[in-house]
Amino acid sequence: MEAIQKHTGLVYPMNRTNVDTDQIIPKQFLKRIERTGFGQFLFYHWRFDEEGKKRPDFGLNKAEYNNASVLIAGENFGCGSSREHAPWALLDYGFRVVIAPSFADIFYNNALKNGIIPIQMEKEQVDLWMRQAEETEFTLEVDLKEQRIRDAKHNAVYFDIPAYHKEKLLNGWDEIALTLKLEDKIEAYEMR
Amino acid sequence: MGNQETIVDKIWNKHVVHAEKGKPDLLYIDLHLVHEVTSPQAFEGLHMNNRKVRRPDLTYATMDHNVPTKNRDVVKDEIANKQMETLRENCEKNGIALADMYHPDQGIVHVIGPQLGLTQPGKTIVCGDSHTSTHGAFGALAFGIGTSEVEHVLATQTLWQEQPKTLNVQVKGDLGAGVTAKDLILAIIAKFGVRFGTGYVIEYTGDAVRNLSMEERMTVCNMSIEAGARAGLISPDEKTVEFLRGKEYVPSGEAFDELAESWLALATDEGAVYDKTVTIHAEEIEPQVSWGTNPGMCVPVSGRTPVLNEVEYKEDVQRALEYMGLKENQPITSIEIDHVFIGSCTNSRLSDLKKAAAIVEGKQVKSSVRAIVVPGSFSVKLQAEKEGIDTIFKQAGFEWREAGCSMCLAMNDDIVPHSGRCASTSNRNFEGRQGNGARTHLVSPEMAAAAAIEGHFVDVRTIAGVPN
Repeated sequence: MEAIQKHTGLVYPMNRTNVDTDQIIPKQFLKRIERTGFGQFLFYHWRFDEEGKKRPDFGLNKAEYNNASVLIAGENFGCGSSREHAPWALLDYGFRVVIAPSFADIFYNNALKNGIIPIQMEKEQVDLWMRQAEETEFTLEVDLKEQRIRDAKHNAVYFDIPAYHKEKLLNGWDEIALTLKLEDKIEAYEMR
Repeated sequence: MGNQETIVDKIWNKHVVHAEKGKPDLLYIDLHLVHEVTSPQAFEGLHMNNRKVRRPDLTYATMDHNVPTKNRDVVKDEIANKQMETLRENCEKNGIALADMYHPDQGIVHVIGPQLGLTQPGKTIVCGDSHTSTHGAFGALAFGIGTSEVEHVLATQTLWQEQPKTLNVQVKGDLGAGVTAKDLILAIIAKFGVRFGTGYVIEYTGDAVRNLSMEERMTVCNMSIEAGARAGLISPDEKTVEFLRGKEYVPSGEAFDELAESWLALATDEGAVYDKTVTIHAEEIEPQVSWGTNPGMCVPVSGRTPVLNEVEYKEDVQRALEYMGLKENQPITSIEIDHVFIGSCTNSRLSDLKKAAAIVEGKQVKSSVRAIVVPGSFSVKLQAEKEGIDTIFKQAGFEWREAGCSMCLAMNDDIVPHSGRCASTSNRNFEGRQGNGARTHLVSPEMAAAAAIEGHFVDVRTIAGVPN
């Protein structure tokens, strides 16, 4: 996993609640056996019509969001299927940060394993940023070490993230390697 | 005071391999179920790092998501074929038992676990599939994981997990005639919402839950994830013990008696404290039909679609109604369907098929409706055929298929066409779930069967001879 300490990027506002992983990456794209190449299928049926043409009214298709790398969404982002293809698709498309009032548990974990920072934030703040990103070109700077988000005017907001997850993201640690250091404990457990 | 524990506490404490302040616990995993879609990248990761599967003996694989249900030999999709071939190679290389497409134990991973007795009370069970919560019906702590976690379990047989909070969903009273386990769980999600379980493990308690059969309990626990909870479980009782007696992977004789005793001791202690408790009254529950694009968007069959000015999330409701091709304040029984799907890890077990068959027996599927039955496992299919249930369905005009996930998520050829409308016994009515542009209404097997006959939703309680 690629380490991530700080990320500054253009915000794409997705003003929808309960965005499920079937929308993030539809099932017909889950048949690949690699972890890469899923970005082209991100939000596929929202981005493309039945003939595969871009839907011009869908936000992410608009030129002003071309380089978005911070996704802001409504409550319960990533609900439904456990498919890790969802964070793979987000990452491959270019998103490194997702901010929402709440996340589905499995998605939250899957995001962390792939170097995406999932940030849970009060709904009022999310709504405020959502509106700003809808109205103007809006950029946020996310500093994981400081657990701080700043807009271009340097207004700062702080966020929570479990220390354990933060360390892993900051260092890009291989979790399996860390666990295998405890192999004697696993063996002892199995001998019980 | 203070010694009373919930079943979650008891299972958790028995499985902690390593605990350290400021970190999640390292939890031992007793059973790892694997399928073709969420495992290839995990095996690839192992291989790239020169790691081995630590406990192939605690790992069990099957093919369910991609398999064709019409003709096993015709996999039109080359990429799907490759995915299944990859699973076969990975299992062979790593010494993992695999029930492939032609194996007599093949089936939907959450149907075969209990059927084989791999699923047992007190076990920690994971699978790269969010409906792993199904196994909680047996008093196991079972939850879905992502592919990185699949890799972690393959390599270490453990997972780093925060101890979850506990949520008691208490179901008082008893369900009325024609009201099923599916209606119960849909009503729970409709009442408390699609995220009320986030961060919790749900324990379902109360008389209505105790009175459910094991298969009905699986239906309830299956959809815990649709309420946001990674796991949902039910304390074991005599029904649990009797279900597992004689199963292939369950010991027999004295060993079984000892095991059964330990299972019963797992039940939540009287007076144990949950982090949260909610209550629902079973008598108030009617047969349910989902109208929208998440499982919480559900009303009683006697109800109507929402009125926009009366709802909290107006934009979401409006978008859902538009996607579903419905108007506000529309009676549910006025909705005409053109597809019926009886199957999925929620409702594809023998008792589900029997109850649906009882509704369609001697009747005909409406000519405008395409109806399919997909048994949850090869063994369910075989038993149903022994009992003549397939004949009842076929004579009524249903297609009778091979076992798999099929039209629940339409990864194989079983797809609802664009703008098609399906009465489905599955678990998710998300946009495009059953096919791009397809519209899904979640219902019980009985309600799906009745809709197949009438061509629109009907209150199954008005049909004579409805079994309870």
